[in-house]
Amino acid sequence: MIALLLRDLKLAFRAGGGFGLGLAFFLIVTVLVPFSVGPQSSLLSTIAPGVLWLGALLACLLSLDRLLALDWEDGSLDLLATAPLPLESVVTIKALAHWLTTGLPLVLAAPFLGVLLNLPVPGFFWLVVSLLIGTPAMSVIGTFGAALTVGLKRGGLLLSLLVLPLYVPTLIFGAEVARRGATGMETQTPLLMLAGITAATIALLPFASAAVLRINLR
Amino acid sequence: MTLTVTDLAIARGGVPVLEGLSFALQPGKALILRGPNGIGKTTLLRTLTGLQPPLAGQITGAEDQIAYASHSDGLKPTLTVVENLTFWASVFGTYEIQPALDAYALNDLSDRHAGNLSAGQKRRLGLARMLVTGRPIWMLDEPTVSLDRNAVQMFADAVRTHLGQGGSALIATHIDLGLDGEVLDVGPNKAKPKPIDDFDGGFL
Repeated sequence: MIALLLRDLKLAFRAGGGFGLGLAFFLIVTVLVPFSVGPQSSLLSTIAPGVLWLGALLACLLSLDRLLALDWEDGSLDLLATAPLPLESVVTIKALAHWLTTGLPLVLAAPFLGVLLNLPVPGFFWLVVSLLIGTPAMSVIGTFGAALTVGLKRGGLLLSLLVLPLYVPTLIFGAEVARRGATGMETQTPLLMLAGITAATIALLPFASAAVLRINLR
Repeated sequence: MTLTVTDLAIARGGVPVLEGLSFALQPGKALILRGPNGIGKTTLLRTLTGLQPPLAGQITGAEDQIAYASHSDGLKPTLTVVENLTFWASVFGTYEIQPALDAYALNDLSDRHAGNLSAGQKRRLGLARMLVTGRPIWMLDEPTVSLDRNAVQMFADAVRTHLGQGGSALIATHIDLGLDGEVLDVGPNKAKPKPIDDFDGGFL
């Protein structure tokens, strides 16, 4: 399992691996929002938590279609399915590798991009905490979507449509934590909901992903 | 471990392709799978490997015994030859890749990226993967495609060594490998079209 994780990380960082794609998209969105919304700093600080969360979510979505498709195209998914690793652990490792190469960089970049959007000072901590808890769910849900659409030509469109509604609860509670944190309100309730959603997706979805992958490989 | 297949029926994309297939693959033996294009040789290999369920019949002795080489080699173009092999070796829990490099004369290429290899070299690397799986039963789907005469010989030698160590192999191929294996011709097992049942008859 460690070997698979290391291979996926290595592939992501080598030429053409797509590392930085999500990060660059996140940067573009947050740099452009002040230009399109206008320079009123009070308006910017009101919308900053929501914009940062939306940017992170879309950046995550951008890299999903490569998550399993590349392994399917070169035949290694078939070979992994016949290897001693259970398919459940294969998809979990894939999701973990996706989070480490896409989710975690977004979490680390978010406070710097928060400055561009005039995010209020107390909001920085809560933004990072909410993204840290929310982005793993996005990787796990995304892996499920990728497993559903693996093998379809141009499956990226269908993948986005399938995954978007599943991302909604995470977005609502994640952005709510960041918004409440930025305005100095208590954050416990949405934070617990966000953590609960993440825990549930990590516990349940790998089984669903492995099941649909088995059907798709037939 | 003997792989035994009894009265197997298989389907590709929901359409039955082969039926009534029975054979046994003993340790130390090779079976050469023959049959015209589209008869279902690949589907048979994928079913035996466990990638898809059979329509009917039993397969025994296949669980966690099979290493499968499909049409594609499962290589990552940005990893080197050694990295590709080491990855599969650690997935299968074996750690020795040198014999596999030797068997397919890959030592000189070991630091090249797999994406820079020729089609025949890629195939050699793909076949070298079989040696690092440590599995006793090999399922090979057209293994000699894009190999030159020398490499075909390397492959035949590797299979002979594998059989000598008590392994077995089911090989779908159209060329003569010089192996003393029995031929399994699946041509006569072609699935017959289903008769129209009463439900369809209502519409006709």
